[in-house]
Amino acid sequence: MRGLRVHQVGPGVAVQDFGRPGYLAKGLTRGGAADLLAVHEGSALLRQSPELAVLEMVGTGGTFEATEDMSIALSGAAMTASIDGNAVVWNASHALPAGSVLVIGPTREGTYGYLHVSGGFATEPVLGARATHQSTGLGALIAAGDDLPVGPGARLVGMTVPRDARFAGGTVRIVPSMQTDDFDADTRERFANTVFHRDPRANRQGVRMDSDQGFSNPEQLSVVSEVIVPGDIQIAGDGAPFVLLAESQTTGGYPRIGTVLPCDLPRVVQAPAGAELRFTFVTLDEGIAIQARADAAWASLRKLVTPLVRDPADMQDLLSYQLVGGVVSAMDEG
Amino acid sequence: MTEFPKIRSVGLGGVLVTFGDRATDDANRAAIAFRGAVDALALPQIKESSSTLVSAFFRVDLAVHGFAPLRDTLAEVLAQRDWLAAPLPTGRTLWTIPAVFDGPRAPQFGEAAEAAGLTRSEALAELTNTRLRVLTIGFAPGQPYLGTLAPHWNIPRQVGLTPNVPQGAVVAAVRQICLFAKDTPTGWRHVGQSAFRCFRPSAEEPFPLAPGDEVRFADISSAELERLEAYGVDGTERAVLT
Repeated sequence: MRGLRVHQVGPGVAVQDFGRPGYLAKGLTRGGAADLLAVHEGSALLRQSPELAVLEMVGTGGTFEATEDMSIALSGAAMTASIDGNAVVWNASHALPAGSVLVIGPTREGTYGYLHVSGGFATEPVLGARATHQSTGLGALIAAGDDLPVGPGARLVGMTVPRDARFAGGTVRIVPSMQTDDFDADTRERFANTVFHRDPRANRQGVRMDSDQGFSNPEQLSVVSEVIVPGDIQIAGDGAPFVLLAESQTTGGYPRIGTVLPCDLPRVVQAPAGAELRFTFVTLDEGIAIQARADAAWASLRKLVTPLVRDPADMQDLLSYQLVGGVVSAMDEG
Repeated sequence: MTEFPKIRSVGLGGVLVTFGDRATDDANRAAIAFRGAVDALALPQIKESSSTLVSAFFRVDLAVHGFAPLRDTLAEVLAQRDWLAAPLPTGRTLWTIPAVFDGPRAPQFGEAAEAAGLTRSEALAELTNTRLRVLTIGFAPGQPYLGTLAPHWNIPRQVGLTPNVPQGAVVAAVRQICLFAKDTPTGWRHVGQSAFRCFRPSAEEPFPLAPGDEVRFADISSAELERLEAYGVDGTERAVLT
């Protein structure tokens, strides 16, 4: 079987894809990868569909052995990585020949790292998707001893895609949403002027934001439970904002002060604990225009993919050549 | 405050039509009926729909389709009739679900009856004779909120949580009954126990219940429930509502 054998694995590694849309009325949220931009980056590197399943890794990765030749790509939160003992760079594609061992270690920058394989992970779909929905018990975390099947795919290696600045917090754009007007103007302005810190309490359902301010609205207790979309910022009973993610519940009884644009959600999910985040309101029309541009950019990421290793005759910078030496040796073996 | 019904955007993820600011039975019927009517139009930009206690939600990528066109279309459908008086869609299912309302499998039945000001036998009669509607599904996959019970069932949630009420439990609060999809800590009172599974991930019908369906509980003994559990069945009967 073409696949990856899991020798060792961290406690937060699971198969993800775009999740299971279509079950909102049945109480099941879409779920899927927390950082969808990272999923698109990996698919651009391997020139394959972004709908193929990936491994999402929090904190640390694991030790994986290829049972057949394949190529891999690494995206999202940067983690230490090596193939057969040779360090390999993040945000790039690499050959993983049969019998070689990929070791992915602790996170260096960001929160959610991704391992992509050519052909995608071919685990058994449940309800139309391979995504692990941890809060409802669909699918299981990866465990040592697992054999992860991998689908057929072309081998494309030695490419890289630029990293953006989403891994250390920053400013996130939000649109007014269904309950924004229930908060008075003063509260909304204070919210937009507050520097938050990502609370250590965060998971695939939501991320809590810390500050010395509270944003409760006086009518809060009477709010009827209402639909949630990913990126909704709910103000919990203690006045603290919570950014809700794709694996939240389908409905919630706390009011939403606004909704993070889908294209800015990766910045929220990748912010490490303690990172500074600010929320800035844009109008619905501005939000639509920003998101439409981001959708186009995400769909054309392949244009930004460049060779990681250039022909030595073109090499301007010997130092960078040495930095990617591990890749060269992996390609030679493949 | 704007008049209801209200049409609002939800992030860039869709459009919400809300029929009231309190969880009334009429607003819930309206939300279910309106969702059914819009679904029947099969608008291509709507990827899926759902209904909550008082709203219908239509999932649309607003970055692709904008807000105004769908808002205007929904406003036209809203204007077609008084949705608070609209009949519910046809083709819904009536479920008869056996449950125990006595003894250790229903530990808070007596307490709930007393809170509702009823004798045990009056409470049992009301819980088994009332056809309850699936008001909405949520909190856990497939988990129904059923209503609406008579006003004297407006019993508050307990302040302290019961640590672990089992899957299949029938629990009561605020004129509603909830049927637990999984073991859950709760402030609702545990008044009965069924063998019903709200979420069956590998079954052909993973989420049997839908908003608008109706549920009637049939009183059985603990021995009968144990028999159902031993056979791994729930004893439920279903019929199509026309």
